[in-house]
Amino acid sequence: MTVRKNQASLTADEKRRFVAAVLELKGSGRYDDFVTTHNAFILGDTDDGERTGHRSPSFLPWHRRFLLEFERALQSVDASVALPYWDWSTDRSPRSSLWAPDFLGGTGRSRDGQVMDGPFAASAGKWPVNVRVDGRTYLRRSLGTNVRELPTRAEVDSVLAMATYDMAPWNSASDGFRNHLEGWRGVNLHNRVHVWVGGQMATGVSPNDPVFWLHHAYIDRLWAEWQRRHPGSAYVPGGGTPNVVDLNETMKPWNDTTPAALLDHTPYYTFDA
Amino acid sequence: MPDLSRRRALTAAAALAGATALAVPAARASDPTHDHGASHGSHDSPAAFDEIYKGRRIQGRPSSGGGHHHGAGYTVSVDGVELHVMRNADGTWISVVSHYDPVSTPRAAARAAVDELQGARLLPFPASPAN
Ligand SMILES: [Cu+2]
Ligand SMILES: [Cu+2]
Repeated sequence: MTVRKNQASLTADEKRRFVAAVLELKGSGRYDDFVTTHNAFILGDTDDGERTGHRSPSFLPWHRRFLLEFERALQSVDASVALPYWDWSTDRSPRSSLWAPDFLGGTGRSRDGQVMDGPFAASAGKWPVNVRVDGRTYLRRSLGTNVRELPTRAEVDSVLAMATYDMAPWNSASDGFRNHLEGWRGVNLHNRVHVWVGGQMATGVSPNDPVFWLHHAYIDRLWAEWQRRHPGSAYVPGGGTPNVVDLNETMKPWNDTTPAALLDHTPYYTFDA
Repeated sequence: MPDLSRRRALTAAAALAGATALAVPAARASDPTHDHGASHGSHDSPAAFDEIYKGRRIQGRPSSGGGHHHGAGYTVSVDGVELHVMRNADGTWISVVSHYDPVSTPRAAARAAVDELQGARLLPFPASPAN
């Protein structure tokens, strides 16, 4: 059974295996397919049109499935690997062990944002940025410069306290838990973390930075935490909503799974705590 | 870029552009009337713009309905290459190079893109594995 652990508690061996599996997917070309898929949804999801991956109720189940696909790909390389999560409300500094050279590497240099250490630095030769929106082929970051602070635990709690999953108009203007977690409204959790990391993480091709998966694994864990706090609150809308994935409608690009089938994560993985 | 330094950069660029007759307003905070964005409903399109910002030509104009992708209704380019932009329900804007950080106008999105690009050329979208 897959157990997703806090990245801060991984052993050196677990970090090494995770990194090796990610690099293996990159080398085989499978990694870049995930980046392409994500960017296609980022570009295609609009507030007044069809919306599936983002700015809509299915933001959470869509990313849950997307991460499951990626985790299964990692496990096809090394069956011991699980996706770790990054609790950015606790590990909120560029000096966190997350950014050490034995794991994801650190921030970019000031001149061009290029990451200079760790296994994903361009200089290590194994991480060409192929799916991109501009001419730069190296991984970039600027931790904490585009926005100074990561969300605090108090801000996370204020969003977890919202009892309604989502609300009409089911987009970036919505009130409710989903949109506050996504960050288009209110204290801004998920979006702000993308901006805080900077570089490719702030763009439509954000999965070019492996921290994408650790960020979304934590967003996913917050969804599970919210469900425990609000056992009477359900995924909405329940049916008949144009352009929006209702509870029992299938989601693109897989077309074989519904939000309803993804509400309970425990058939797929559990968390360390 | 911290908000303060971005604002300073915008103001500096506005002064430069003014000198070349491609007049632009100062940072949006000091000129709320010039750019159209958050204060307007989603049915009227922001005005066109054309300026040199940090040495690069940024242009924006309302585009005829539909467009080639999900009917954005407004086209932005950097040095002649189209920058994918999107308007949020509240009238704010994002672009593919700054996708999680809404700004008030398409011009602000174009400037944010120039800041982000640090001189790099934009690739035509949709992004695909480039060879
Ligand atoms: Cu996403
Ligand atoms: Cu995200």
